[in-house]
Amino acid sequence: MSAAPLLVALVQVTVAVVLAPLVIGVTRQTRARLEGRVGPGVLQPARDLRKLIGKTPLRAAGTSPMTVVAPVVLLTSSLLLAALVPLVAALPLALVPGDLFVVVSVLLVGTVAIALLGLDGGSAFGGMGSSRHMTIAALVEPTVLVAVYALSIPVGSSALPLIVAARRDHPASIASPAGVLAVVALAIVVLAETGRLPIDNPSTHLELTMIHEAMVLETSGRDLAWVDLASWLRLSVLLGLVGNLLLPWGVAGSAAPGPVLLGALALAGKLALLAVLLATVEVAMAKLRLFRVPELLAGSFVLAFLAVTASYLVA
Amino acid sequence: MSAARPTSPGGPLPAPPGSSSRTVTRDGLGEEVGGLLGDGNRLALVGGHDDGPTGFRVVYAFAHPGTDRRTELTVAVPRDEAWVPSLSTVSFPAGRFERAIRDGFGIEPRDHVRPRRLMRHAHWPTGWYPMRRDAAADPAFGPDESGFAFVPVEGQGVYEIPVGPVHAGMIEPGHFRFSVVGETIVRMKARLWFVHRGLERHLQGRTPAQALPLTERISGDTPVGHALTFAMAVEDALGLPVGEEDRLVRALLLELERLHCHVADLGAMANDVGLGILQTHALRLRERLLRSNADVTGHRLLRGGIVVGGARLRALPDLDLIRGVAAEVADLVRIALGTSVLVDRFTGTAVLRREAAAEMGALGYVARASGLDVDARRDHPFVDLGATFHVCTADDGDVMARFRVRAEEVQVAAALVADLVARLGGHLGTGRAASGPAPAAGGPPEPTGAPVAAGLALVEAWRGTACHRVELDDAGRLTRAAIVDPSFFTWPALPVALADTIVPDFPLANKSFNQSYAGNDL
Repeated sequence: MSAAPLLVALVQVTVAVVLAPLVIGVTRQTRARLEGRVGPGVLQPARDLRKLIGKTPLRAAGTSPMTVVAPVVLLTSSLLLAALVPLVAALPLALVPGDLFVVVSVLLVGTVAIALLGLDGGSAFGGMGSSRHMTIAALVEPTVLVAVYALSIPVGSSALPLIVAARRDHPASIASPAGVLAVVALAIVVLAETGRLPIDNPSTHLELTMIHEAMVLETSGRDLAWVDLASWLRLSVLLGLVGNLLLPWGVAGSAAPGPVLLGALALAGKLALLAVLLATVEVAMAKLRLFRVPELLAGSFVLAFLAVTASYLVA
Repeated sequence: MSAARPTSPGGPLPAPPGSSSRTVTRDGLGEEVGGLLGDGNRLALVGGHDDGPTGFRVVYAFAHPGTDRRTELTVAVPRDEAWVPSLSTVSFPAGRFERAIRDGFGIEPRDHVRPRRLMRHAHWPTGWYPMRRDAAADPAFGPDESGFAFVPVEGQGVYEIPVGPVHAGMIEPGHFRFSVVGETIVRMKARLWFVHRGLERHLQGRTPAQALPLTERISGDTPVGHALTFAMAVEDALGLPVGEEDRLVRALLLELERLHCHVADLGAMANDVGLGILQTHALRLRERLLRSNADVTGHRLLRGGIVVGGARLRALPDLDLIRGVAAEVADLVRIALGTSVLVDRFTGTAVLRREAAAEMGALGYVARASGLDVDARRDHPFVDLGATFHVCTADDGDVMARFRVRAEEVQVAAALVADLVARLGGHLGTGRAASGPAPAAGGPPEPTGAPVAAGLALVEAWRGTACHRVELDDAGRLTRAAIVDPSFFTWPALPVALADTIVPDFPLANKSFNQSYAGNDL
């Protein structure tokens, strides 16, 4: 019994690693098509990744071991996230609880790793990006906590697998005021956490406006491959979580091959849907002035807080 | 303008009434210039000249916007005592011209308030002044010994962000040093002058016809503006008349250039706030204009349409296409201004106050967006544009004002194109080139004699008022061509506008100015 959830976690990680470049590919391709461009195809991020993995990283003179370690730490945190968050199956791991506090901490480990990576290069852009990134992270993490907390109240547990399973078994709770508020709040912070519009522009070439890209400007070769894969994983896992909270159907309830396969297919479908949706919304959206970002995130925190209040009123 | 200028034989381009040229002493210069500026004249150009053994000559050219009257003051500067009294306390642009002349000719501006090098490249050997007649064409470049003088800002939490000169995108080289507290810019210093090509020297010794293709390459996006200014300066010097039809063709080319440049920049400004879809459409519209341009002059950027003494098209532009593009641009602008985030990003960003713009001598849409009513198409006209034309201005001086002014100028330019095509009635211009040898392919320019004729022209290129002043010898070859791109005046206004702007808004502010690096550094 104890081996099954571990095996499922392994399947989840594998599926997430395979799907993450495709999710990015789908968003870029959708954007290209909507803008009237041909686009490089959904496989391009995967090809880029393969190319980068084969390249020796070039590291700036005078960097500390942090430059070597940070990409690996970041990737590890993202892989751990993929194992903990209920993506394919909603089976709690006995070893590490898929607890919301653990998930937020793992997110934070990755955030700190990439911020240190940005600082370690010694360039002004890296420091600038890290400072902006930490500002946003400081605003995002509480909202994630509060939003998931609101979702946990009706279930009586803070374990994400249990929350998703409960929503799957009682679909009425999805449309509850608390549930909707919490998921909207979560969706906004997912955009902030993963550096999407309107908070950060993933496709800009203007160094001074960058947040995420500024931190990885000095990173190259294999290091960049790990950082990219880790960021893509983060986006895919968090999108997958939002997807499973909104549409919990298809999430496997057991470790049997049949439901797990179904769960994987359902995840791919939900991610494809959300990726297309994300890209479509982004096309029509401009980037907020940096000083307006806290206002947006404060708004999402208020939503999450309202969700908590509503949960108590209903429960 | 010069004493040797022949009278125009019934030419439709009479010198503006009251234009004058006189010689002043170094001691009397300050007073004369103070009087001219006080009368509402604008300093259009200051050019150094090396007359060989007789010494240097500095020409100060002024233009009066109300009357189109030009005034030239000439100061003789002996070789062994090469200095001029600095006007930097009287006029900010004069101070910059003086620094450029010091770097080019070694004429020292005495008592200059900011005597730092301007265009002088850090690797040029000491004592080498490229504009002097005896300057070696290919000196041995030394190491960079000058460093980069900028005011360090100190205090709690102040840090510096150096950007460039090599950028992540396809942009010209410029180094920007930001002193920043948190995200707010305390001070920004721009270091340009990385693209010196020695253009003014290249022009010397060539006939105007040979020089014209070079002037089309002064700034890659302004071939019509600069070629036309150059041609008109030569015509002014030689007294060449240009017929009504050719002047209409010239005005048409100028507006076509304005159209495609503004369309591209409107899209680029939207892209800088993340609205890539608007840029995609702006680029699509620009491509339609460029293809139409290729039919009009045979070149997508409209090279080849202007000749000295005339202009010639291959075909008139398709008015349906121009009107369609203008309507679509209006649509894009409406969508942009309907996007609240874009409006929020544009409004109040990088404000250039009217007084600052006036003091700096800013030109073009930057000045007009700050409430300065300057436009050479009205102030120094070479053709009557009629009622279709009006000068577009705004008062706020922020990115939004520059966006709106340029959006409006697109509509005015499109209407002007339609009007000019109708007035041309199917004519394509006479294309009568000035007499002289045909353009030679390369070859070293020949030595020239003493200048016998001089001419000056002001043209509203798409970025602002371009000014050229040429001198020709009796064989019709250029002895000197002094060129001023509007960017030379407007660049210094950018750091001023950036006070209290945040770092992530700099690319947007810079794009809203969009000054030329190459036109600035000849």
